[in-house]
Amino acid sequence: MQGSRVFLASLLLLGICNQLYAVNNSVILAEEFPLTLSEFAFFEDNKAQTPSEGVLPYELISTLFSDYSYKQRWVYVPERRKAIYEEGKVFNFPVGSALIKTFYYPLDERKQEKGMNLMETRVLLRKESGWEAVSYAWNNEQTEAKVKIAGKTINTSWIDQSGKKRTVRYRVPNKNQCKECHATNDAITPIGPKARNLNKIYHYEDGPVNQLTKWLKQEIINHYPQKMVSPVDWQDGSYSLDDRARSYLDINCGHCHAPTGAANSTGLYLNFSESRKKQLGFYKKPVATGRGSGDLKYSIVPGKPEESILLHRMISTDPGVMMPESGRALSHSEAIDLIGSWISSM
Amino acid sequence: MHKIYIKIILFIFFVVGQSLFALEIYLEPSLNSQEELQEALIVAKEGDTLKLAKGIYYFEDGLSLDVDNVTIEGEGMNDTILNFSKQVSGAQGLLVTSNQVTLKEFSVEDAKGDAIKVIGAKGIYMINVKAEWTGGPKSSNGAYGFYPVESSDVLIDGCVAIGASDAGIYVGQSSNIIVRNSIAQYNVAGIEIENSFYADVYDNLASHNTAGILVFDLPDLPQQGGHHVRVFRNKSVDNDTDNFAPEGNIVGEVPRGTGVIIQANSDIEIFDNDISGNGTVNLAIVTYGSDTEDENYYPHPRSIQVHGNRFGKSGFDPDLETGELAAILFELSGGEIPDIFWDGVLPLSQIIFGQPDDEKIVLGDNGNASFLTINPIKYKIGLDPVNTDYDSFRGEIKPLKAVSIEGI
Repeated sequence: MQGSRVFLASLLLLGICNQLYAVNNSVILAEEFPLTLSEFAFFEDNKAQTPSEGVLPYELISTLFSDYSYKQRWVYVPERRKAIYEEGKVFNFPVGSALIKTFYYPLDERKQEKGMNLMETRVLLRKESGWEAVSYAWNNEQTEAKVKIAGKTINTSWIDQSGKKRTVRYRVPNKNQCKECHATNDAITPIGPKARNLNKIYHYEDGPVNQLTKWLKQEIINHYPQKMVSPVDWQDGSYSLDDRARSYLDINCGHCHAPTGAANSTGLYLNFSESRKKQLGFYKKPVATGRGSGDLKYSIVPGKPEESILLHRMISTDPGVMMPESGRALSHSEAIDLIGSWISSM
Repeated sequence: MHKIYIKIILFIFFVVGQSLFALEIYLEPSLNSQEELQEALIVAKEGDTLKLAKGIYYFEDGLSLDVDNVTIEGEGMNDTILNFSKQVSGAQGLLVTSNQVTLKEFSVEDAKGDAIKVIGAKGIYMINVKAEWTGGPKSSNGAYGFYPVESSDVLIDGCVAIGASDAGIYVGQSSNIIVRNSIAQYNVAGIEIENSFYADVYDNLASHNTAGILVFDLPDLPQQGGHHVRVFRNKSVDNDTDNFAPEGNIVGEVPRGTGVIIQANSDIEIFDNDISGNGTVNLAIVTYGSDTEDENYYPHPRSIQVHGNRFGKSGFDPDLETGELAAILFELSGGEIPDIFWDGVLPLSQIIFGQPDDEKIVLGDNGNASFLTINPIKYKIGLDPVNTDYDSFRGEIKPLKAVSIEGI
């Protein structure tokens, strides 16, 4: 009895402060990560993933493959502050911002209304000292997600587009693995929200509108350029094979395989702006690849996907061979087809 | 038994800005070692020591450390064993991405990729650590046992590397390096220093590898122009394991039975080593053999000094099947393979006008060692290019400075 009275009282108090569904700014800035996702108050309704006031959903043109999981993304920028546009880079978000991403599998990909199975929600928090990344894994009841600093393995399954049951050993990354992808010059940084990668229509509750237009209107950002070269949706066959392949490689590989990325020692650079053939892998010999080379001589042999190490490592699911090194337990067969066709066409 | 025991306040740091006290955190093997050790590695604070009790720890995923000034210490390389034979994710056993980290007295076994990889560390000290693939030399073994890259102040001391399908001890694109008192056996390359500056490699044993000690420099990489490497007081003996590297990798070209290879690089001093029992050749000094369009890359070895070494039996079982080196040597020497071979390849201007004195290869006393090189002009015009005149390469030895690492 006493517990519920305290609960009611605190609800009342929160109501008075008009903070019922507002994000808890102090939790974002706190030195320690909260133990549960709820403490941030990013969601009004955890299970339904209904965002709180000020938490705006967004999509990216080109996305990272994560074992066929689906992703929902939200951005939060504290009131009266804006993210600053910087050419070619991720928006420079103000202190107190958060990027939130939930990974889930639909129970049945053919009938999404059947519901979803939430795996984890990753948060990137812009603190005074810079960005910090951590993930929260959802409980079986899907009511709460708990911080998993050391990561977690979730064996799960879903029904795919063809009606087939698929299983996966899904890995929630540990805090260090977040950094493996999200590090630029050793500092944690977001990957997705670059202007060029947000430049698409989103179907908001009040209608479809370009995301950058919306962000500007809502004063999340200060500016975006009218002209920019955007990657394309690699699944959209109306674009050229080259654009689709380079867009896929950019978002899936280019965060590490870039001159400032964690894999820069390899000399293989797959970021969107790279144009040098050797650095892109054309007749490039492996450096410290070991058995990752699969007895092949070059990263890319034009016209010969079966002789290209790049494709070999996309196909493999052996941890000592496969690329990316983490975040993948399954092969991405649609992308293997795409990159295979791209190399064949050279 | 599965608890983490924490003993607090053992060391007080007087350095301003350091944490006021450091913890010693004790771990024992358990069914939940993956999460316990990984969590301990993440929540560790600067100055902490993670003590790993003896026993076998099993892991399904790679481990990683990203906190500066942490020590991971086991109870001996044969007693505290981190076993990755059941690994299903992670490209290496242990990954270190922070500075001033000490690893000591444990073993990493059967990692699916590299055993211990260190990226971008300022200060990495690996002492009495073992990296082993327990099934012997196999191409399915991971590439590197010890793999610091883009790091500085690298110490590998008293370590053991066995079974790596590329190099047991590999230091790449790094600077200020000491590799000493270590043992590398049954790897493709025992010890390899690649695209690195200022390295001392001494008092090591490299045996039963395909090749014992390699000093290489490769093009198209962020750091190249390898230089200032001293290789001394090592034993590179009886390297007799067939090359089991997967194709495509540069070490896949190295013939079985090679003592030491210097490829590209400048300012290398090789002295006081025992190099013997290598069926193809004891010491080869060679140019980078593939085409490259990298204009910043210099493919020829320069300023190489070789003195005071004890060369034993070699050339008795040249590996003509792997790469080109053994076949070339065999043909040029008419089967009498020398102890020291220099391929003589030079840039065109130096073929015509000669090599600057300070870039020449210098031979000191090396007992009864035999020598062979190729005269490129004679080679081009079709005369017998073989030159075995050891004395014509004699010169004054100018010792290179020793490498020192602060605090070591």
